Amino acid sequence: MNTVAIKPVAATAGAASGNHAPKVVSQGVKVFYGEKEALHGVDLDINEREVTALIGPSGCGKSTYLRCLNRMNDVVEGCRVEGSIKIDGDDIYDRRIDVVQLRARVGMVFQKPNPFPKSIYENVAYGPRIHGIAQGKNELDEIVESSLTRAGLWKEVKDRLDKPGTGLSGGQQQRLCIARAIAVSPEVILMDEPCSALDPIATARIEELIDELRENYTIVIVTHSMQQAARVSQRTAFFHLGDLVEYGDTSQIFTNPKEERTQAYITGRFG
Amino acid sequence: MTDSALPMTAAMANRAPRKLVLNEKRVRSRYAAERRFRAYGIAAIAFGLFFLAWLFVTLVVQGYGALQQSKMRLDVNLDAATLAPGGKVDDTTLRAADYTALLRTALRDTLGVGSDRAQRREAYALLSNGADNELRRIVMADPTLIGKTVPVWVSASADVDTLIKGQIARDLPENQRRLKDRQIAWVDKLVADNRLKKRFNGALFVNGASSDPEQAGMGVAIIGSMYMMLVVLLTALPVGVAAAVYLEEFAARNRWTDLIEVNINNLAAVPSIVFGLLGLAIFLNFFGMPRSAPVVGGLVLSLMTLPVVIIATRASIKAVPPSIREAALGVGASKMQVITHHVLPLALPGILTGTIIGMARALGETAPLLLIGMVAFVVAYPATPFDPATALPVQIYMWAGAPERSFVERTSAAILILLAFLIVMNAAAVLLRRRFERRW
Repeated sequence: MNTVAIKPVAATAGAASGNHAPKVVSQGVKVFYGEKEALHGVDLDINEREVTALIGPSGCGKSTYLRCLNRMNDVVEGCRVEGSIKIDGDDIYDRRIDVVQLRARVGMVFQKPNPFPKSIYENVAYGPRIHGIAQGKNELDEIVESSLTRAGLWKEVKDRLDKPGTGLSGGQQQRLCIARAIAVSPEVILMDEPCSALDPIATARIEELIDELRENYTIVIVTHSMQQAARVSQRTAFFHLGDLVEYGDTSQIFTNPKEERTQAYITGRFG
Repeated sequence: MTDSALPMTAAMANRAPRKLVLNEKRVRSRYAAERRFRAYGIAAIAFGLFFLAWLFVTLVVQGYGALQQSKMRLDVNLDAATLAPGGKVDDTTLRAADYTALLRTALRDTLGVGSDRAQRREAYALLSNGADNELRRIVMADPTLIGKTVPVWVSASADVDTLIKGQIARDLPENQRRLKDRQIAWVDKLVADNRLKKRFNGALFVNGASSDPEQAGMGVAIIGSMYMMLVVLLTALPVGVAAAVYLEEFAARNRWTDLIEVNINNLAAVPSIVFGLLGLAIFLNFFGMPRSAPVVGGLVLSLMTLPVVIIATRASIKAVPPSIREAALGVGASKMQVITHHVLPLALPGILTGTIIGMARALGETAPLLLIGMVAFVVAYPATPFDPATALPVQIYMWAGAPERSFVERTSAAILILLAFLIVMNAAAVLLRRRFERRW
């Protein structure tokens, strides 16, 4: 990890990895819910400024792994994480790590759009405000505008920033949640099935957005849709029953999987 | 579904097709059962409404009269020699002056009573014992009246009042009546002269305790109850919310928190008289707080309201969807920020509704107040929550036990006023819920 240099932002869609340094390095990640072991030691390196898709049948541990990356599992009672996850070389489960700072660097978008029951403006401004990112009202306005613009929502909402975020359509709400996540300038964005509650048109919109965001952010997306994984990601990890079965370039996983289980899953024989 | 499906039994296969026209006996009896079932519900509601209507009609019919009080117009000569001997007009002399004498003189002149002492005594009985206070208030408010003869309205005695309101029969034998024939004749004459009539009874709302019904009011009780509600709000709400937030957000689920939870629910079911004894033992005997003080009453009622607030707050906090917490945690809010920025604001309407309902219950609570000395004859307004006062329900309790006929209507009026307070509080709770309730 000591060789990380600033990489040029020049990835083309679907480009093979290799020109991206790993941003997140996990080694032997095990997760226990009480006595039950949900993840059996996952080694997974997530590359910077790429989209990594986590696929697998329900209950395979892909969401559990995702939630380890910003320590969202901390709030789950009886949940215990073993192994090491390093982001830029820092072990995020180190005792000295401030979870709040971690979550500002590793943003998250959830399955169901969950805007705060506040105005659109307040939704986006909340993160910068609690982290003291903006100096004064003007700067905050700028952050809100640029975040909404990056989330592709600015044009639709610029005249009704004071209206409640919950009044938007499902797809707009999800883009608002993405704007809220990027407003605190994270480096990594975790997406937990961000399109599963959306219609195909809104889904296409979000997928486009993910592709655009890849320029600046490291994105990890959990999805149930293999087409989606194939469309948006550069790397794909296949989980099954708490194990990481196969991890590689998306094109390789979908065209030439090495493992039989992966083959079976992507061809729809189980899951 | 052919042979591979589950085999049909003979009965199922041979069954005639169902008719949709409703003439089967089974169908008809099912309909009748449904109608009966609904009728039971309607009957139950009617039962409840009947008694509620009875309660309200009785209270209004009985209590309405208390809003008016018979008053007498007397032309009082505010004699300077009696009020301010030596020409000294200051508060001390005016407060100590003999107003009764002035009123009695005016009354004698009006009725044309001579020097017969029995007659005089009967005439004086028409005046309220507190009439001199009423005149004193008038004079002290405007000392320039001294030396003039002014018409003033002062309260008639409770006996006159009940006669005017027709609450006592005139045709009883004289020796069974409180008012003698001559007094009744005077009353009739005063009424005919337009000197005696029913006027709005402001004293009912502002005066303190009095053994003369016509002078008795609920002022002290209203202020006492308000002080107590203030104390309840200031103690039960913060303590209850803090306890609920801790239990809901921070405490681990284990045997201890289960035990605490069970005991909070038990606390809500403890009879109120027990809280009164607790208050007596702890606040009065141990901490040596003053008797009859609204602050003690408020603390005792807070103990009763606390479980209600805790339970309501926990329910409202639980109702905040986890997705909102996750969203806040996801952008890096600390646990405290999640609670103060998101959970509590969203739970607030529920918390306030629960608090108001708990306070409404506390407002009507009597038993614990009996034990800490709130059953008190308090004439003066309490300046602070530490001064003696009484409370609305206690005032009702005391008036209900008073023997005078005039206290009957005052009891009903006091109940109506207490109910009005309760209805306003409950309506506020309902409005809050309607206005701010959020569905997810």
